[in-house]
Amino acid sequence: MELTLWTYEGPPHVGAMRIAASMEGVHYVLHAPQGDTYADLLFTMIERRDQRPPVTYTTFQARDLGGDTAELVKRSIADAVDRFQPQALLVGESCTAELIQDQPGALAQGMGLELPVVNLELPAYSKKENWGAAETLYQLIRGLLKHQMPEAGSSKADPARWRQEGRRPRVNLLGPSLLGFRCRDDIREVRLLLEELGIDTHVVAPLGATPADLLRIPEADANVCLYPEVAESSCRWLERQFGMAMVTSVPIGIAATQRFRQELQQVLQLDAIPEVADASRMPWYSRSVDSTYLTGKRVFIFADATHAIAAARIASAELGFKVVGLGSYSREQARAVRAAAQELGLEALISDNYLEVEAAMAAAAPELVLGTQMERHSAKRLGIPCAVISAPLHVQDVPARYAPQMGWEGANVIFDSWVHPLMMGLEEHLIGMFRHDFEFVEGHMSHKGEKPPAPTDTNEAIEAAAAASGIAEAEVLSWTDSGRAELGRIPFFVRGKVKRNTETYAQERGIHAITDEVLYEAKAHFSR
Amino acid sequence: MEILKESGQREVFCGLTSIVWLHRRMPDAFFLVVGSRTCAHLIQSAAGVMIFAEPRFGTAILGERDLAGMADANEELDRVVTDLLGRRPEIRTLFLVGSCPSEVIKLDLAKAAERLNNQLQGRVRVVNYSGSGIETTFTQGEDNALSALVPLLPATEAPQLLLVGTLADGVEERFLTLFERLGIGPVASLPPRRSTELPAVGANTKVLLTQPFLGTTARALQARGAELLSSPYPLGVEGSRRWFEAAAAAFGVTPLHCASILNPLAERGRAAVEPHRRELEGKRLFLLPDSQMELALGRFLHRECGMELVEVGTPYLDRQLQEQELALLPADLQLSEGQHVEQQLERVRASRPDLVVCGMGLANPLEAEGIATKWSIELVFSPIHGCDQAGDLAELFARPLRRRTALAFA
Ligand code: SF4
Ligand code: SF4
Repeated sequence: MELTLWTYEGPPHVGAMRIAASMEGVHYVLHAPQGDTYADLLFTMIERRDQRPPVTYTTFQARDLGGDTAELVKRSIADAVDRFQPQALLVGESCTAELIQDQPGALAQGMGLELPVVNLELPAYSKKENWGAAETLYQLIRGLLKHQMPEAGSSKADPARWRQEGRRPRVNLLGPSLLGFRCRDDIREVRLLLEELGIDTHVVAPLGATPADLLRIPEADANVCLYPEVAESSCRWLERQFGMAMVTSVPIGIAATQRFRQELQQVLQLDAIPEVADASRMPWYSRSVDSTYLTGKRVFIFADATHAIAAARIASAELGFKVVGLGSYSREQARAVRAAAQELGLEALISDNYLEVEAAMAAAAPELVLGTQMERHSAKRLGIPCAVISAPLHVQDVPARYAPQMGWEGANVIFDSWVHPLMMGLEEHLIGMFRHDFEFVEGHMSHKGEKPPAPTDTNEAIEAAAAASGIAEAEVLSWTDSGRAELGRIPFFVRGKVKRNTETYAQERGIHAITDEVLYEAKAHFSR
Repeated sequence: MEILKESGQREVFCGLTSIVWLHRRMPDAFFLVVGSRTCAHLIQSAAGVMIFAEPRFGTAILGERDLAGMADANEELDRVVTDLLGRRPEIRTLFLVGSCPSEVIKLDLAKAAERLNNQLQGRVRVVNYSGSGIETTFTQGEDNALSALVPLLPATEAPQLLLVGTLADGVEERFLTLFERLGIGPVASLPPRRSTELPAVGANTKVLLTQPFLGTTARALQARGAELLSSPYPLGVEGSRRWFEAAAAAFGVTPLHCASILNPLAERGRAAVEPHRRELEGKRLFLLPDSQMELALGRFLHRECGMELVEVGTPYLDRQLQEQELALLPADLQLSEGQHVEQQLERVRASRPDLVVCGMGLANPLEAEGIATKWSIELVFSPIHGCDQAGDLAELFARPLRRRTALAFA
């Protein structure tokens, strides 16, 4: 038994719903009580889907338990097949039904239905959402393709057979799904990358695929495992059973996109691949003088494994940040995250306890947090700017505009969305330079005629800053009038940080009375 | 009135959802669901916002070890509770909330509560109830939570009015002022704002329900000798007025005095409804079953806003508690109880209503089909009770329609 307040992942059947809802022509009959229908809103609200997810819930009640819940399952299956006429049916159960052991999958298989039926057994008490999504995709692919399986011992499919067949090479994109992070836009961007290399995109799954599309998977020369959380087990199985090559680079970031291209070249044995000059603005933006102030910015990263690993590389190598914390809630991919952390001299935090993550975040004292919507909340509480880079997400993380993470444009989007919150934390070099100018002194009316939202009384402001920084004023520390006056001159949006730094500085040196001089010393100390 | 009884797939949350508003009402209480990851995810998804680092609710998630009997689930629960209370010393009342899994494995939370109460020796009071989806829908969770408190209420013979059901604090204050002006008092509330300050109950207690979904609680209070006042629910001017009048009659307030207090309120309320009435009048309304407030809402929207009722659905019809609402609804009303969501949606499509009140899972899909919707969950989170809120209540329904006419992309 484990106490959970907020969770990163839902139960595994929600993962199965993500696969079903991502696809077309698939219906999922879920043996579950009425409350479990809440999961529909994940799709209709967070993803703003204009359709209900293709899920029929048996919604059994306590009074059914004495009677024949198995009958209810069969009735629900028959009704769903009749009403929705799917091309393939998923049958499974949620946590409660798992306990009553009606075996809905077996029941469905005994009904003599004339369509492929996939029996999903997703252990609700030990597994979670991403695992459920991966398992569902795998079971579905396996169930549909088992009749096509080449004989054991037959030779591996040659990923360069496109040459003999006189056609362009083609690959499948596996993994993009609803409630994943920016999958919709990533697909478009990756298609462009493939197009640059003269490669056709064959099947994209699960997002937008039909069961008939899944049947065409083996026609491609390789599988691109875009989101390992969802697609790795499927890609591995296709590799084992069909000898299909697997591309594992995830093209998030400039270097990763280059690696992705190179891996494709290697796997498909392409001729030299075209250099694309200025494909992305991100490298130049990062090199431009304006970005100098990004150097060494402390960043804390926590996300699913795919996005956490990619973010760590981009942050350290492509933006010149200093990664001060890296972790993931994806236990299945923990090893890769640990390796990425080690490269940066860090120990990875693998946890699904957001309080632990928040504590690590606070301890790392970052200037920017890259995380999930959970970290957005933690960061907000700690007063640290944050950009969301991974699921779990909120409706505002599903933007109307085109905002991929992958490929060249993805790198541009990343530059903008990570640097922007830092700018909001404000361009400190400018502030430092002009901090005695009257425009920055509080109480000043901005050009819009609005008062800046600063408390006008300095003492109050200092207290508010202290409260915001979450640090109780240590009793031994006191601010002298001169110190207070100087602190009051600091723009409100950095005041909390300056106060915190100064107090840490004073504490470390056993200084009890903070004067204006101490504040300057501290400032000098921290700006080194 | 003919009632269409349906069974089939429901599209309604389970009783755990009530925690979302109950925990705000009693800031010194903690709601610990004993359940699965699904239960945790449901509350999190229904709550929507996660601004609290440590919210006053959580889930003790059963793991394989608990189910396989490798760990004694009772010991595990005690451990979780001890940790939790150690970290949250401000908690005065702990609600152990049963879920489908805890019920199916027959984890006895009543026993657990008893055991923990002995251990804690009055430091924290432990109460248990079920919010499971196999037994409760949505708002029934509040009914179960409140009825679990009834045996704990001290006894009193003093005359008093007891308001039952969570109200927004502001609305409650307003009501108390009005009762005072009417000369009715003392007035107590269940749930109270502090979980330790439970109201008393006894033979001279008159109970006025603020919500129509509190049948179990009402009957438990009756069993403690209280008298249940019958009235429409305080939604809209008419309902609110009748509600106050029911209390006034029971407390011997003269009709003249009552009218002198309520008339100006009602007049102001009607004036506030008026601009929205103009937008709603003649529009066709379909209420899908969700909160059990559908009858009262339908009554308000029909009688005060002039909407035509295509169908009013309720997950469960408590005839006793809804008696007065039923009497105010048109005799030829299409009323449905229970749900078969696919069939019901077919009726929605066939009747092309101007507005559908439904849960969050259905709203966008219906909007995409060109049908305006209103989320029913908003109605349990917003202050909508009383004459003073009647205008706001009407506005909630007028806004989606107004928005439709305001938008143009051509
Ligand atoms: S319906 Fe049952 S299992 Fe589902 S969330 Fe509600 S209590 Fe938990
Ligand atoms: S605070 Fe922001 S991220 Fe959190 S729930 Fe509200 S809108 Fe979503």
